[in-house]
Amino acid sequence: MRLVLRETFLAFRRAPLLSALSVTTIAFSLFVFGLFGLVAVNIRNTIGTLAERVEVVAYLRRGTPIEAITLASSDIEAFPEVASVEHVSEEQALARARAELHEFQDIFQDVEANPLPASFEIRLRPEHRNAETAEVVASRLRSFPFVEDVRYGRDWVEKLDRLRAIAGMVGFVVGAAFLLVSVIIIGTTIRMTVLQRSREIAIMRLVGATDRFIRLPFLLEGLLKGMLGGGAALGLAYGVYMLVGTYLGFRAEFFTSEQALAGVVAGGLIGLFSSSASVDRHLRNV
Amino acid sequence: MIKFTDVTKDYGKAGAALQNVSFHVRKGEFAFLTGHSGAGKSTALKLTYLADRPTGGEVRVSGYSTDRVAAREVPMLRRRLGIVFQDFRLLEDRTAEENVAFALEVTGARRSTIGPKVMRVLAQVGLAAKAQQYPGELSGGEQQRVAIARALVNDPVVLLADEPTGNLDERATRGVFQLLRDINASGTAVLMATHDLDLVKSLPGAHHVELQHGKVVYDSSDGLGEDA
Repeated sequence: MRLVLRETFLAFRRAPLLSALSVTTIAFSLFVFGLFGLVAVNIRNTIGTLAERVEVVAYLRRGTPIEAITLASSDIEAFPEVASVEHVSEEQALARARAELHEFQDIFQDVEANPLPASFEIRLRPEHRNAETAEVVASRLRSFPFVEDVRYGRDWVEKLDRLRAIAGMVGFVVGAAFLLVSVIIIGTTIRMTVLQRSREIAIMRLVGATDRFIRLPFLLEGLLKGMLGGGAALGLAYGVYMLVGTYLGFRAEFFTSEQALAGVVAGGLIGLFSSSASVDRHLRNV
Repeated sequence: MIKFTDVTKDYGKAGAALQNVSFHVRKGEFAFLTGHSGAGKSTALKLTYLADRPTGGEVRVSGYSTDRVAAREVPMLRRRLGIVFQDFRLLEDRTAEENVAFALEVTGARRSTIGPKVMRVLAQVGLAAKAQQYPGELSGGEQQRVAIARALVNDPVVLLADEPTGNLDERATRGVFQLLRDINASGTAVLMATHDLDLVKSLPGAHHVELQHGKVVYDSSDGLGEDA
């Protein structure tokens, strides 16, 4: 193992220019992929924020006994799709209307009888914030005898669904294309390293090195270069993120530390597999 | 040790490099493989260190047969051979000592044994004083000595040399040839491909196999060529 490590680091030391060049190439191709990832993450977060507003409201008939409400509330909370249920009494609804709807303040100020019904405001779990589930929950709520009407902004939720589908599809296709290009560029770069050392590989074989022995330093080199490239790409992406934040005043989110780590690991794995493919192809052909 | 039995190597369109070649290099022997360029000397050596397989017949080398040896056994065979080329094939970015040590390292030899062994073979080829020099800093003859040291360091049963003096001037040629004779005198078989007949004449007792157009036309062991 010590020998493999030594050979790996020697490879960096002996061909510093080629090593730097391949790390830079890997860094830039992962950087482009990372920028795309950053855009995708922000779009997803924004859609997630929008989806938080998905709420199913069940208006209750006047005079529904409090016991029935309490019972129903815990029933609804037990729905698998439901994150939380809030009971808004008629009085609370009026108070809220007075506070929030300034244009109608006078009307609400003067009313003697409260025109607003009590309601359940139901928030769905994040993975259920879509039109289909909202409709399922709504129809289940309608079956309660004291529920008068159920609303969840069907048009809006359906638009949100479409937006999500389009963003997901575009993200997948463009992401896959970027990833493929990165893999090809990284693969070519690493193939250059292998070709540059083909003489050395031939000599290693002549003196009786096993293919495994020949491969290991290349694999480790690929892994390291990929991780270094991934780290550099992350740094570049962070730089761009900060520049955009500073000069365009656009508050976006950066990768979480798990995502950042996954990016570096992915860089390493791409490097590892590219190396493995290049060396294997080379060893088969000589 | 090395036994060619009716060996044919056909490269398809490029033609046959060897046709029904048979000869036998015995333990401890010094054998010359001669012939003009393209006679099949290098092909015969390649088959010996299993860089290639024959299309007909069998090559047996130190207990390994081209009929049966698996690809993963090839490195094990090569560790029992020492191979030297006309163009030395040294790693330019490693010192003489590192080039020689490399052949031991790939076999997984213990680190503590590598240093002394490397210095011993470098001394044997007369280069102990130049162990820290890079190939580019050495003369052709010295580079070939490093290559021979690398070939020797695994205590091979046979040393294969493909035109080892082809790139050397007369003086260096004599030196390298004498070194090969010394190695042979200490018990290692040597199979040397060369077109330098003066070298062959200078060692009258040696085994001599001559190839022409891929066929054996003379074999001093049996006194008859294959075509006779």
